[in-house]
Amino acid sequence: MRRNYAAAVLGGLMLVSSLAGCGGGDSGSESGSDDKLVLGFSQVGAESGWRTANTKSIQESAKAAGIELKFSDAQGKQENQISAIRSFITQKVDVIAFSPVVVSGWDAVLKEAKDAGIPVILTDRAVDAQDTSLYESFIGSDFVEEGKKAGEWLAKEYEGKTEPVNIVELQGTTGSAPALDRQKGFADAIASNPNLKIVKSQTGDFKRADGKTVMETFLQSTPDIDVLYAHNDDMGLGAIEAIEAAGKKPGTDIKIITVDAVKDGMTALADGKINYIVECSPLLGPQLMELAKKVDAGETVEKRVLTKETTFTQEQAKTELPNRQY
Amino acid sequence: MTSILKNRLFWPAAILVVLLVINMFTSRQFVTVQDGHLFGTLIDILRNSAPLILVGLGMTLVISTGGIDLSVGSVMAISAAVACLLIQDLDDQNSVGPVLLIIGIAIVVSMLMGLWNGALVAIIGIQPIIATLILMVAGRGIAQLITDGQIINVQSGPYATIASGFFAALPVALLIAVAATVLILLLTRRTALGLLLESVGGSPTASRLAGIGARRITIMVYVVAGGLAGLAGLIYSANIKSADSISAGNLIELDAILAVVIGGTALVGGRFSIAGTVLGAVLIQTLAVTVVAVGIPSEANLLFKAVVVVALCLFQSPTLREKVFGRLTPRTARAEVPA
Repeated sequence: MRRNYAAAVLGGLMLVSSLAGCGGGDSGSESGSDDKLVLGFSQVGAESGWRTANTKSIQESAKAAGIELKFSDAQGKQENQISAIRSFITQKVDVIAFSPVVVSGWDAVLKEAKDAGIPVILTDRAVDAQDTSLYESFIGSDFVEEGKKAGEWLAKEYEGKTEPVNIVELQGTTGSAPALDRQKGFADAIASNPNLKIVKSQTGDFKRADGKTVMETFLQSTPDIDVLYAHNDDMGLGAIEAIEAAGKKPGTDIKIITVDAVKDGMTALADGKINYIVECSPLLGPQLMELAKKVDAGETVEKRVLTKETTFTQEQAKTELPNRQY
Repeated sequence: MTSILKNRLFWPAAILVVLLVINMFTSRQFVTVQDGHLFGTLIDILRNSAPLILVGLGMTLVISTGGIDLSVGSVMAISAAVACLLIQDLDDQNSVGPVLLIIGIAIVVSMLMGLWNGALVAIIGIQPIIATLILMVAGRGIAQLITDGQIINVQSGPYATIASGFFAALPVALLIAVAATVLILLLTRRTALGLLLESVGGSPTASRLAGIGARRITIMVYVVAGGLAGLAGLIYSANIKSADSISAGNLIELDAILAVVIGGTALVGGRFSIAGTVLGAVLIQTLAVTVVAVGIPSEANLLFKAVVVVALCLFQSPTLREKVFGRLTPRTARAEVPA
């Protein structure tokens, strides 16, 4: 027993010293590589295929741009993200970038970064900090614009028709920025045509299974659904299962519009089960690296940078599908 | 009359009936026949209750021994990931034999997860809430490792059948849940097993001194809970024909514990009710459907559910009933000792 104890202590000491060794090595390499830009990036987690593609894009484009990337995964927790940013500050990285898990509660740690003179770039999701000087730029999709593109397509599709169109909406996670904005943009875009009416709107939490169960209930409680608008592909894919189980044809009996354009969604679009997809691209790595270099060089950058995105019809999906990486 | 009111299952049953009546009015087809099988809101509710019933059954057994299993959601994710990964690699995804074999493998893997939990609790003596927390956190990581963080799609007819298929006009998922319920009812109420479980839950030490293999029984309930969670995970993933290791079974442990509590099983162990848990699980699923059917805005979903659950728990509380209704009942009636 005593020997075990001694061994444990010895093991622990070795571990601590090796950790210390790591730390020392880090600071050493940093002073040695002053010419190489060091970017600390804190990712939300790996909650979806979209996010995995986002991570890959950032890692690959950092390598291509010759930027040293310190990558940290927050596992969907804000406290992990805050401690990751703190550790980036102590490591004295050149630029910090992160995708905030939630919108609020960032003022303190952003202030610390500012005091340390490290510029911060937000990616994909925004924060609600009062003081916008706390970050240099926000690069990501415009979710309102995405909702608007979806609504505009629908308005055009039913242009000149007089009979009422019943729309059901599958919202994303309640209170999340993409859900709120995609709802708003869509509602604004169809407001001009009084025939287009959202008859039911409920959260499907961005998940396939929830998309399916909510759609089942929509189908039971709402007569004559003409259009489904889902805030992401996954909920739309779940809803397709429910529509087929109810003996209807997705894409024909019920028109389906979704947002994201991940591979599975594009496949369904090419198969004619979805009618229109608005892209929300995760591949913002190259734009982020460009931005980081500019910020590090002290150049002024746009406060809001939009990701390059497009939309897909069924025909476009067929040609694009083979190139989809995610 | 008072004895019916005092039955622990009266209030959950009453609320379930109220919710179902609401759904009868909101839905166009409550129960009907379509394509040669039953169809409608009631069938959707029962079919979608299946995973929660299965997880709840396992949870009931674990809780009856004074334990708790937080890892059920992660086990669901692992089981779904294993099954979909293997099915994806099949040459012919529609051949029944290999798919059944894979379902068997996934359940065995889930039971091994349960064995791990049981060993931590019964042999090493870690508190159940901590022991199963380990797998709850690590398990989802394992599932993501298996699927490489991606959603795995399968196009297997036989696999989809366990969630969306029908047999003798009834949903297969419901039949699986009913079969599991009947089996567990028979094992616990027609053999001495139920008595042994309650005895271990009441006092493991006294049980051991009385010659009951408390350790073996504890390990067994975790293995069964793991297997049932694995089965639930298969139904969950077959329902959407894909393994989504991030959301499969996410937070289901809380719903399962709620179902168990609504059903009248004591969280400290000892007394348990299988029928109560099934009722609780169906009630929770009905509540979820009702929220959508009556068009409650998304922001108020959780609040609505909370109000119903809190009201239910208050109704079930003997102390509160005594305070509210106590003065109304004659003294003699109050003197009766509730069974």
